[in-house]
Amino acid sequence: MSDELAEKVQSVIAASKRIPRERVSLDSTLEDLGLDSLDRLNLLFALENDFNISIPDEEAKSVRTVREMVEGVRKLVTGASGATSAA
Amino acid sequence: MAPRRVAVSGLGVISALGHDVASFWNALTGGRPGIGPITSVDVSNIRFQNGAEVRDYDPAQHFEPARADLLDRFAQFALIAARQAIRDSGIVFTPELSQRTAIVTGSSVGGQSTQDAQFLEVYGRHSPRVHPLTIPRIMPNAGASHISMEFGVSGPAFTVSTACASSNHAIGQAFWMVRDGAAEVAIAGGSETPFSFGFLKAWEAMRVVAPDTCRPFSRDRHGLILGEGAAMLVLEPLERARARGAPVYAEIVGFGMSSDAGHITTPSTDGPARAMLAALRDGDINAEAVGYINAHGTGTANNDSTETRAIRQVFGAHAERLAVSSTKSMHGHALGAAGALEAVATVLALRHATLPPTANFTTPDPECNLDVVPNQPRRAEVEYALSNAFAFGGLNAVLAFRRPDRKG
Repeated sequence: MSDELAEKVQSVIAASKRIPRERVSLDSTLEDLGLDSLDRLNLLFALENDFNISIPDEEAKSVRTVREMVEGVRKLVTGASGATSAA
Repeated sequence: MAPRRVAVSGLGVISALGHDVASFWNALTGGRPGIGPITSVDVSNIRFQNGAEVRDYDPAQHFEPARADLLDRFAQFALIAARQAIRDSGIVFTPELSQRTAIVTGSSVGGQSTQDAQFLEVYGRHSPRVHPLTIPRIMPNAGASHISMEFGVSGPAFTVSTACASSNHAIGQAFWMVRDGAAEVAIAGGSETPFSFGFLKAWEAMRVVAPDTCRPFSRDRHGLILGEGAAMLVLEPLERARARGAPVYAEIVGFGMSSDAGHITTPSTDGPARAMLAALRDGDINAEAVGYINAHGTGTANNDSTETRAIRQVFGAHAERLAVSSTKSMHGHALGAAGALEAVATVLALRHATLPPTANFTTPDPECNLDVVPNQPRRAEVEYALSNAFAFGGLNAVLAFRRPDRKG
């Protein structure tokens, strides 16, 4: 199940940035993948929609790697009841 | 015609700091922010909760009901600020002068709350129709049009929309028209009312709005705080203002523009620097003569560090002797009205030899190592001051002002 989530996050990243899925690994940094500030906003928007979560601004800012993004999404998905009060 | 010296001879403001110029200036020099929980919109489903709203505002105190029906909140504010500025200037519009008076206003999004409410009717409630005055309320030039109608001012009138630089572009155009004789008098400024649910959701998605407050240049800054309001200035030839005994708050002496030609939302250092240089060149001002800059200073991580580098690039060693403050820390970021509010703050700083502080400042940031006049106003005789505005889209506009002559 956890791998499924990681797989889905990586697919969302690839689709959002319009790059081949195989370029995205857990160890990639978002910078390596060429994401600028607007690309990050687009990615967060896609992740919020696809996982039905709300990603707080401060947590979003601290994410550097795909792995961190996967873990951040996992935290919000599993603790979804607490996520909405994070604002 | 030789270029004329241009005076600022009338001011009007409505903002989160109060409904007139006096309350605006008192709050600015008292370091008292008008930032608090947003009450005009239900923000329980928005990640930020605070804004700089105009409080205790009752349209009925300013407009007959039939008139108010025609006016979105942003146009009401534009009219209220223009009424104050014109009354303050004591100007009388004869038929000849009316045709030689320009109106140039700035607004980023115009009648946003009307658009939000009326589109909700058709999209959300599946109503078959929207209010018939939706278009005239939404149009961003509504402020300029209503000012012209109320005062019978029939010269050139238009509205500039360059996001957060709108009213600096507007005031700059008006200044050039008066300086060059294309207009005898100008009413210039801007108006913005961003508090509508859809527009706030759009800002939420940009992830640049602070969850707490606006702390420009402070290391713990978390973004901007949206503000609403309007400000208008009356511009006229200095000789004309003196001849009729009008107030001369300051001279407007320079205007510079540039575009980054870079990224749609990430500012560059070079674009803002070139706009400041262009304003200095336009006013034939030595960089060393500038004592104060009212910064764009939004409180976002990117803007404040980039603006610091741009100021250092323009002023070199003189940057150490410059006072730089962001009054957005108090009146919020009023987008298309920001430049107008800040022009009034800058003009009054020159006139009263008092620099408004950067409020809410807690911790110096090495990336923003300027004298940002933290939290306390400062007495300072300044000869020249700049007011910066740098828009999303990389469009930059800088105004230069000079303090009024001590005599005459």
